[in-house]
Amino acid sequence: MNSGQKRDAAIVGIHEYPSRDVEGRFSPLQIKAESAAMALADAGLSARDVDAIYDAGDGGGMAGLGISEYLGLKPNVIDTTMVGGSSYEFHAAHAKRAIASGKAKVALLTYGSTAHSNAFAIGVGGHGGGAGMPGPAENMERFCGMTLVSNYAMVAHRHMHEYGTTSEQLAEISVATRLHAMRNPEAVEAMRALEFMDIRETSIQDVVSSRIIADPLHLLECCMISDGGGAVVIAAPEVARDCAKPPVWVLGGGEATKYPENGGDITTSAAAQSGPLAFGEAGVSPDEIDIAMIYDSFSITVLTLLEDLGFCKKGEGGSWVEGGRLRFDRPSEGPALNTDGGGLSSNHPGMRGIFLLIEATRQLRGESCSQVEGASLAVAHGNGGMLGSRHCAGTVVLGRD
Amino acid sequence: MAEPTRPLPKAQEHDTGAFWEATKNHELRYQRCDDCEAIVFYPRRHCTSCLGSRLTWHTSKGEGTLYTYSVVRQSYHPFFRARAPYAVAWIDLDEGPRILSNIVGIEDPTKELSIGQRLRVEWEDHEELAVPLFRPI
Repeated sequence: MNSGQKRDAAIVGIHEYPSRDVEGRFSPLQIKAESAAMALADAGLSARDVDAIYDAGDGGGMAGLGISEYLGLKPNVIDTTMVGGSSYEFHAAHAKRAIASGKAKVALLTYGSTAHSNAFAIGVGGHGGGAGMPGPAENMERFCGMTLVSNYAMVAHRHMHEYGTTSEQLAEISVATRLHAMRNPEAVEAMRALEFMDIRETSIQDVVSSRIIADPLHLLECCMISDGGGAVVIAAPEVARDCAKPPVWVLGGGEATKYPENGGDITTSAAAQSGPLAFGEAGVSPDEIDIAMIYDSFSITVLTLLEDLGFCKKGEGGSWVEGGRLRFDRPSEGPALNTDGGGLSSNHPGMRGIFLLIEATRQLRGESCSQVEGASLAVAHGNGGMLGSRHCAGTVVLGRD
Repeated sequence: MAEPTRPLPKAQEHDTGAFWEATKNHELRYQRCDDCEAIVFYPRRHCTSCLGSRLTWHTSKGEGTLYTYSVVRQSYHPFFRARAPYAVAWIDLDEGPRILSNIVGIEDPTKELSIGQRLRVEWEDHEELAVPLFRPI
């Protein structure tokens, strides 16, 4: 470990809401509240200990206010950063900052969504028209029917054109995450609840012979649309030392934006900016990482982010992922990818970022269904917005004692 | 029941209204900064390179190169669902702007498109404006 590394805040409590189809019986707020209680119990803390709240606007009313009232909290720090699926990586980094500066001791992040019950238009269900942002950009783009999948698919096409990346290589990502999902009973149940056609381990051939949703992306390269939610509790060292579970330190964070630019490179994401910031603060390099929790909205998202985070060079992601390197049982070949089954095969209610923190924490505690022996360093990278046009990136590096 | 129609831009939008106004005359316009010469697109009141406000409108010749594309096979929008499979693309105009549009005038977009191919604008007229679509040259 780097001597300059600051262990000033740790994840001490986690909860992933188990159901991916609440059949309209529970609201996002109820999912947030139940997850908060479970995560605090996991930490051995109580609601009275919470003095900082992080909310991406799914709490109803004014962000930060609605959730405080609903939970009955009176936090001293209120952070309402809303950057889609990367919100929770931003929240974790901001919580580390607030705790390090003495403004707070116990931060609570919650997420709740009934995207599946609402048939909310994300993932494969995304409809044409919107570009994800009101205003002038949308006014230039909405006429051409760019669906969410086609937005990402345009990154894949350009990646293939520039670097010779193949659908078979992209499929490696789907195959590895499905392998991990099949080892995770909650992911298997999720696929059942969402009526997946064929719930089993997949092959490269399965992925590339599934139907194309938007060229060149196939169905099995697209995330599911689930209900769900979760919570994460982050605490100061003096609190963390007395918690029920071993601390998982937030070692570094980075954030960045990316948007269309004339002459820009669509194959490079905001992760190229946020990654070095996070690794730099943590004092670790990508080749030391055991667990890569990378936002898998689509296969191409992961390939792009792996390159941008420095696991391999730009353009070499395709050949790098070949041969099953991303599986949990190949630790000598690099980090294990999305060992919970990912958004592709376990949980994607719209903003998956919180699950990246949760599964990374499980791994560093030794609690994962696809446990990597001796895992000590993880990266959680959230991509919020759309990879092929405008998005935010949040990178968080985590480590155990 | 009325035929579903293409979702059209707002002709009066603050930043991009002037762009759409010019499309009535089949002019594909973009801006360049007088101070730093940066190309500004989508249109704005300020330069995205120096934040200066001295921008001049120019008209593109309407030709460019296919930067990347996807063929949409599945859409839930009634207008687009009826047109699937259709191509959505980022196009680099020769003058520098990168524009999102559709590729038209081909039988099978899943087979006939390739990145780098040359394209020319083709206007689809509507009541208040025209939409710039692109066709292989």
